[in-house]
Amino acid sequence: MSDNLTLPAQQGATGTSAETLLEVEGLTKHFPIYGGFPIKRKVGAVQAVDGIDLTVGVGESVGLVGESGCGKSTTGRLITRLLEPTAGKITYQGQDITHASRRQLAPVRSEIQMIFQDPYSSLNPRQTVGTIIKSPMEVNGINPEGGREKKVRELLELVGLNPEHYNRFPHEFSGGQRQRIGVARALALNPKLIVADEPVSALDVSIQAQVVNLLQKVQDELGIAFLFIAHDLAIVRHFSQRVAVMYLGKVVEVGDRDSIYNRPRHPYTHALLSAVPEVAVDDEADDKERIRLAGDVPSPIHPPSGCRFRTRCWKAQDKCASEEPPLIQISGNREGHLTACHFPEEPTTEAREEDVVMDPALKALEDSAADEPATKD
Amino acid sequence: MTSPTKAEGSGPSVALDPELASTTEVDKPKKLEGRSPGQLMWQRFKRDRTGVVSACVVIFFFLIAALAPVISKLYGKDPYTLYAQEPDFPFLLDDFAMPTGSFGGMSGDFWFGVEPKLGRDVFTMLLYGMRTSLYMAVIVTTFSVVTGVIIGMVGGYFGGKVDYWLGRVTDFFLAFPSQLFFIAFMPVVTALFVSPTDETPTYIRAVAIILVLWFLGWMGLARLVRSSVLSLREREFVEAAKVSGASPWRIVRKEILPNIVTPILVQSTYILPSTILTIAFLSFVGVGFVEPTPDWGRMFAIGAEVYEQDPMFMFFPGVALVIFVLSFNLLGDSVRDAFDPKTGR
Repeated sequence: MSDNLTLPAQQGATGTSAETLLEVEGLTKHFPIYGGFPIKRKVGAVQAVDGIDLTVGVGESVGLVGESGCGKSTTGRLITRLLEPTAGKITYQGQDITHASRRQLAPVRSEIQMIFQDPYSSLNPRQTVGTIIKSPMEVNGINPEGGREKKVRELLELVGLNPEHYNRFPHEFSGGQRQRIGVARALALNPKLIVADEPVSALDVSIQAQVVNLLQKVQDELGIAFLFIAHDLAIVRHFSQRVAVMYLGKVVEVGDRDSIYNRPRHPYTHALLSAVPEVAVDDEADDKERIRLAGDVPSPIHPPSGCRFRTRCWKAQDKCASEEPPLIQISGNREGHLTACHFPEEPTTEAREEDVVMDPALKALEDSAADEPATKD
Repeated sequence: MTSPTKAEGSGPSVALDPELASTTEVDKPKKLEGRSPGQLMWQRFKRDRTGVVSACVVIFFFLIAALAPVISKLYGKDPYTLYAQEPDFPFLLDDFAMPTGSFGGMSGDFWFGVEPKLGRDVFTMLLYGMRTSLYMAVIVTTFSVVTGVIIGMVGGYFGGKVDYWLGRVTDFFLAFPSQLFFIAFMPVVTALFVSPTDETPTYIRAVAIILVLWFLGWMGLARLVRSSVLSLREREFVEAAKVSGASPWRIVRKEILPNIVTPILVQSTYILPSTILTIAFLSFVGVGFVEPTPDWGRMFAIGAEVYEQDPMFMFFPGVALVIFVLSFNLLGDSVRDAFDPKTGR
């Protein structure tokens, strides 16, 4: 990716934050599949998340990117404990919350909040905005000075809504405004970590920037750590200090923003970055590498052996099928930049000598297109 | 080239502007006051003329049922006295024990006529009969609705094995032929409380009717509630409540229940009139209330015996029942519309 993106490159530290807020080790979620007649039994499992390691520092925002269906949202739901992990460990401020019950979680609950993807289903249509934002405070018995209603009005103002909207119903708001209400609800408990599950992907592009800027303002002013789940790479780049790339239930590469966007090592990260459409003025030379993958993500019910990306990788060899690459720091990487690959790519996104085009149909098309002008001239 | 069209377009818009400005100014002071959801609901309901009229009718029915003793005192008659045998009213019934007067014996003394054979006053019979039926129906409906909502919610919210077994129990009860069951089990249930050789007190009969109707009255609502809860519990606002640490009880009460109030209300407004009809049916076939307890249903039974000679006897109870059931259903629809924040503001 070139640096002349419309989004400004973010300032701030490149390394990991000093203090760890949330630590995830080997987190696994397998959804069982039942089948058979007349007695149903487990015939398989969707390996949605299969052993991921992740840390989020205090006040840090970590981006989690990947294709649809790679387990990003499941990871978010596991961390907020909406789903029960099959294996692994979630540690929040040194406290193991992997299998904590609702009562055990109570003190931590208010500190981990979530912003949901769909602003149309994440607000109860029968409750007023005031009730929606107030109810987390009621549940956790928080009585801010000046009363809950005053706090709700302050929150509404903070997220850029009119405090007079207190008694309105969600359906009277637009998508962007609804998402702001969702943000206000998440902020009502003064959380330390917010898991934002694709908070802007359901919104209009013109509104996305508003909501992302709101989240950024919130992060700057209140020092809240974010786990930002998205598939829009530009937004993640704008928002996150560290980025983790997921593929089929595994983290394939994690590192600070600069490392991932400018010095990626994993072939999948290269492919993802090259898929970002970019506005280039005519006379400007296209200096970006071009990689076109073929096929779909394999089924998470029967994932490929070894490296999960090998079925679509142009560098795959026998070793990739037999041995699973560990997530380690490869020589030439900065500290904290981990890659799970046996044959990593060069740490650059500059154009290659030859484009990697895996799709046979596209390749044939391009070959013929390349031949034609030559014959005409 | 575009300038002429622009100039044309600007003319009317300028002319429209003052109008627009004036209308928005008029609206503004009204909009600023924040109204609570309850007030909004009441306003929506008030605007619905059908709803208001049917609410008045339903309230009127409940009022006259509740005030039946007062009314009958003012009217000076009661539903138990056999007026044909009273010396004050000679020639009420003819030789065939049919009312002598026209239209079922309607007169200044007997507004709705006189009952054939026994010569009781139809007006007070209807008043007290409605009282019995309405009270019973309200109790049975409340019990059935509460049971159905609880079972449906538990099944729908917890899912899995709980849902499976509750579903099978619901199916089992649904498979009962209800009317046969009512007829067959009324004596059995009554016998549970009172020895068959003794006189059965009226309140025992009432309890037996309530039990039997309740027993087979909750399944439809349970199914309905379960399906609504199933679709609601996957919604993200339920997850948001879970993330904030809400207990299942709170989620069910505050997040899910307000969203299924509409189907529950509408279903209840169907259950209540149909319960009245069922109670009437039980009395009609002779296993409900017996003489001399006045009952709406038994008036139809009497009416059915004599309708060839005295069709007027059936007229007032019938019209009253039709009006009541109709306006109750209409009221249910209006209340549903009022509860839904998305309908016209």
